[in-house]
Parts: sequence; structure tokens; C-alpha cells
Amino acid sequence: MLIQINNLTKTYQRHDGAINAVDNLSLDIPKGSFVTITGASGSGKTTLLLILGGLLQPTSGKMSYNARELDLLKEKDMATFRSNHVGFVMQSFALVPYLTALENISIALNVKDKDNDKNRKRALELLEWVGLSDRTTHYPKELSAGQQQRVAIARALANNPDLLLADEPTGNLDPSLSEEILGILKDINQKQGTTVVMVTHSPMAAEYGDTKIQLKNGKLHTNEKV
Amino acid sequence: MRLIDLVLKELWHRKSQLTSGLLAITLGIGVIVGIRTISVVSEKAVAVNLDNLGANILVLPQATSVDNYYSADIDAPTFPESYVEKIVTSTLPGVDNMSPKLTRRVKIGNENIVLTGILPKSEIASKPIWQQGGIIGKKVNASCAPKPGAAPAKYIDPKLQRKGIDDLAESDCFIGTAVAQRLKLKENSTLTIEGKDFTVVKLLPETGTVDDDRVFANLHAVQKLLGTGEQISAIEIMGCCSQISDGLLSKLRNVLPDTRITTIGQIVSTQIETNRMMNKISLVFLIIILFVGSISIGNYIWANVNERRKEIGILRMIGYHKRHIYYILVLKALIMGIVGGIAGYIVGTLAAVWLGPQFIGIVVSPIYTLLLLSIGLSIFISVLGSLIPAYMAGKIEPFSNMQED
Repeated sequence: MLIQINNLTKTYQRHDGAINAVDNLSLDIPKGSFVTITGASGSGKTTLLLILGGLLQPTSGKMSYNARELDLLKEKDMATFRSNHVGFVMQSFALVPYLTALENISIALNVKDKDNDKNRKRALELLEWVGLSDRTTHYPKELSAGQQQRVAIARALANNPDLLLADEPTGNLDPSLSEEILGILKDINQKQGTTVVMVTHSPMAAEYGDTKIQLKNGKLHTNEKV
Repeated sequence: MRLIDLVLKELWHRKSQLTSGLLAITLGIGVIVGIRTISVVSEKAVAVNLDNLGANILVLPQATSVDNYYSADIDAPTFPESYVEKIVTSTLPGVDNMSPKLTRRVKIGNENIVLTGILPKSEIASKPIWQQGGIIGKKVNASCAPKPGAAPAKYIDPKLQRKGIDDLAESDCFIGTAVAQRLKLKENSTLTIEGKDFTVVKLLPETGTVDDDRVFANLHAVQKLLGTGEQISAIEIMGCCSQISDGLLSKLRNVLPDTRITTIGQIVSTQIETNRMMNKISLVFLIIILFVGSISIGNYIWANVNERRKEIGILRMIGYHKRHIYYILVLKALIMGIVGGIAGYIVGTLAAVWLGPQFIGIVVSPIYTLLLLSIGLSIFISVLGSLIPAYMAGKIEPFSNMQED
């Protein structure tokens, strides 16, 4: 099992009282699986994804990675966990605007390895893999939405993560581009064995998963293996 | 891609922000450099002017009256000539030149004139112990007079010319204009004083002081003539103006406790007060600019951090630690500090060079050592201003670029 979460709760304090975005949730994510998480707005999908990626501390509960319990409260350890094991693909692409496609990938590589030549070579390989070898010196604003998302995917794969987390990766794309990006994610899952967890509103995108999870009010509503 | 590359690209990406941030540092540092440059050059000018006045410290026997600085040594009691050696061997900083003197009124025919024995520089130079003390060929302190090797300062006011005389044989003398007129003497005339013949080797230009009534002869010849032995009535010292303000007089009093030491008080104190005021203004500006500059840079970096919240979130998301974020922002401040320091030095120096002659009538030259100080100060201001924004940036959550359901 790649990830196990037990009795995870995330509570937000609001002016009108406390709200459990994730409510006492337990879940296993097997290695090499493609998990899709769906649910209505406010069901806790993104909160769960943030906790899985070590971006957000839960209020209570435990999480294990490769059978090793993570100290979710240690910010430094979680930053190292993110750079070593997790890749992120966001709806808004999350690219640095003043860096070229190549540089956006290189900054992710630089966290782990300071060898510039090696990092450049690796970034070029990744851009070639996502079909953008002719766009290395282009800035995000010079790329189409689909191309930006492909750069974001290449960056997510830079450090060979075991886990790829995608938050509405097709939310800003038209249907044909959406299928192209989902195809790339499926490839990553099937050919490289990378575990993919994808949050989506789209029933079509959810069909790409081999495990379909639906959340309701922060609780597990359905957990269906295909 | 290194973090420095990231910082440089970000700086270049936001050029208008960079320009306004740099402008704040440049102007701040420029003001300090401008004031400091004018202040230092002004101090030097004052010191040169004091040098041009000639001796500005007078060492007299304890019982002497000093109502008039220029005639205090006439008929004064005496003290041993060896006091000169005491000053030399004390190696006090700020003593640039000395002239031991013995002065007495003598009668030549029906005329009362003032005979002053002086020691020419050539005789001072012949004394090894004095050379050891460093008076001869001494390197003049850069803060108070032109640098070694520079052309000697020209006398601004010839009436006040009282500098040492290079050579004066025991049978020669110099005479003031009033003496020359009263005794009808010219150059190469013979002047007989107390039975000894002296050759007039030079007529001194009119000064409007008691010096016009003086005959200057070799000190040792005068001592023999008057039978005083190795006694003198005064030592004139050219003291460095800044050293005078730093307590040179009291140090000299410690070396020669049984003497009376005085200076051209009004001139020196006025100039010193001016210099002190300039220094105080520099300090006030320095403090203001430290505060205003740091707050400006802090404000700029803080605005920059707010604009980059999403970007900082991205970096944190892909695994950058808080320390990387601090590093990125402080490095940015450091680079701005270096550039702002250099630009501020250039602006301040150009302003001083241009404004100096127009407003205070002195020619201002660049002070190159201020460049390092400018950069150092600019870095200090920038980094200080960036610390709080950098700390706050470290608190930006790594999910700042994601939308909560």
C-alpha cells in the first residue's frame, strides 16, 4: 500500500462555527493505482488532496507512506516529502510566469540536485516526452492552455515521484485537450507505474480511474474499484 | 537553475518595481555620499587654510601674557631649547611643523626693533633625534593637509605667511618692511646688532603685523649675541586642525607641563565648529535614511511578496523549504543593496562635485573609499528592510495556488 490514512479530520474554524472539511476519513491507496475523487463543491476533495500531498496539516488522524507514518506537523519533513515523492498538477497550471518552460521544470529539479547540466538534460527529456521540445524557451504566456498543462505535468514528473496528485487538471481545458491531458496521466500511471490521485468534477475524467471515490460532507460516500 | 538565476529573472521581470525600489536606495545613499563628500573635502579645505595661516599653536613659558598671539613671545621669559626635542620624541599626531624662537627688543641706532632668532629647517633636519621623531619630511595626515607628493598649498593670505624658513646662516638675517624703511636697508645691506654684523639676505613682504618690525636671524646666533645660552622664548607649532579639536593642546600640556600653550582660538574653534556641524548633519541624515530607507525597502519587498504569493506557493508546493524562500528574498535585497550602493555613490559624488563649487566655493573630488561604505550601508539598509517581509513570506502556505472547495 502506498498511502494509508486513518481517521483523518480537518476542521476549519469559521465565524459561524467549526466545519469538518474532511471528517474522520480512512482510506487506502494502493501502489500503481489511478484514483479519482469526485464530489460536490465543499465535499472536501481538495482538502483531502492537500493532506495527501503534505501541503496541509490535518486536525487529527494519521497518514502512512510506504508503511511509514508521516509526521504531518513537521513542516521541514513535509517539504522534503513533497520534493522526493510527490508531483502536483493544478487546474491553473501553477507555472512561474517569468521562467521559460525549461526553467519551470529545472527549478523543481534544483530542489534535489544542484547539478545544472544534469538538470537541464533531464528537463529537455521531459519536455520532449510531453511533446514540447520546440517550446523550451517559451514563457507560459506564450504557450496555449494545453501546452502549459503539459509543462506542468513534465515538472510534476521531474523528480520521478511515486505519487502524482492532480487537482482538476482539465478544469481550464476544452474537451479535446482534456482527453489529451488525461491520456498523458493514464500513460504515466500505466507505463511508469506512478500512482495517480485526481480530483475532478468531470464524470468523463473520473472514468479514467481504476478506483473511484466519492466524498460527501467530508466523508467517504462510495469507494468503487473498477 | 540556481536560486540566484531565479532572483535575477524575477528582478528583470518586474522592471518598474525594480526601478522604484532602486531609486529609493540610490537617492538615500546619494544624499549621504553627497553630504559626506562635501563635508570631508570641506574639512580638508579648512585644514589647508589653517596650514596656510602658518603656526597655529604657541608654546610659551608659564608666566607669559598672551593678550596678542602675534607678539606674545616678545621679551617673554625663556625655557630650554631642549623642549623642542620633548615634543618631537613624544610623536604626537597632528604636530606638522615646529619653529623654536627667541625674541628680544634691541636698539639699533635710535630705533627699537624686535630681534627674533629662528631655527631654519636645515638645522632642524641636521639633528638626528628630530629626524627620528618624524618632523622633517613627515607624512602629513591626510585628514588635515594635502597628501604626500601633492603640490604644497599656496598661501591664500601672504600677510599671514609665517611658515618656517629653509636656510639661514649665522651671519645672515631677514628683515620686515618696517625695519627696512626705518633703517633704510636693502637686500645685501649689512646690519649691525649689538656689535655683530648680519647680511640682509631677504626683505620680507609686508604682513601688517608685528613681524614687519622684526629682524629674523639664526637662533643660535641670537642666543650667543644675547648671552641667553640654549634658551628660547617660544615654540611655534603648526598643528593639524582636526587634531587640535581632538585634544592636541592638552596632550602638549602633558608633555610640557610647565609651559603655557595657546592657539589661534577664534579661527580654529570657528572652523572646528563648522566641521562638527557638518558631521552632525551627516549623522542626522544617516539616521533618517537608515529608517526611511529600511522602511521603503521593507515596503517594496512586502508589496513584492504579496504580488508573488502564488509563485511562492508554487515553490513551496514543489518542495522548497522556508529557508529557500528567506534566501530568495534576502538575496534579492542584497543585490538591490549592491546596485543601489554603487548607483547612490555615483549620484552622490556627481552631485557633490557639481554642487560643491557652486554653493560653498570649494572644488570637490570623489572620495573612492566612500564606495565601499556606500555599498555596505546600502546592503545593510536593504537586508534589514527585507527581514520582516521574508519572514512573512516563509509563512505563505504551499497550497496558495490551489482553490479550496
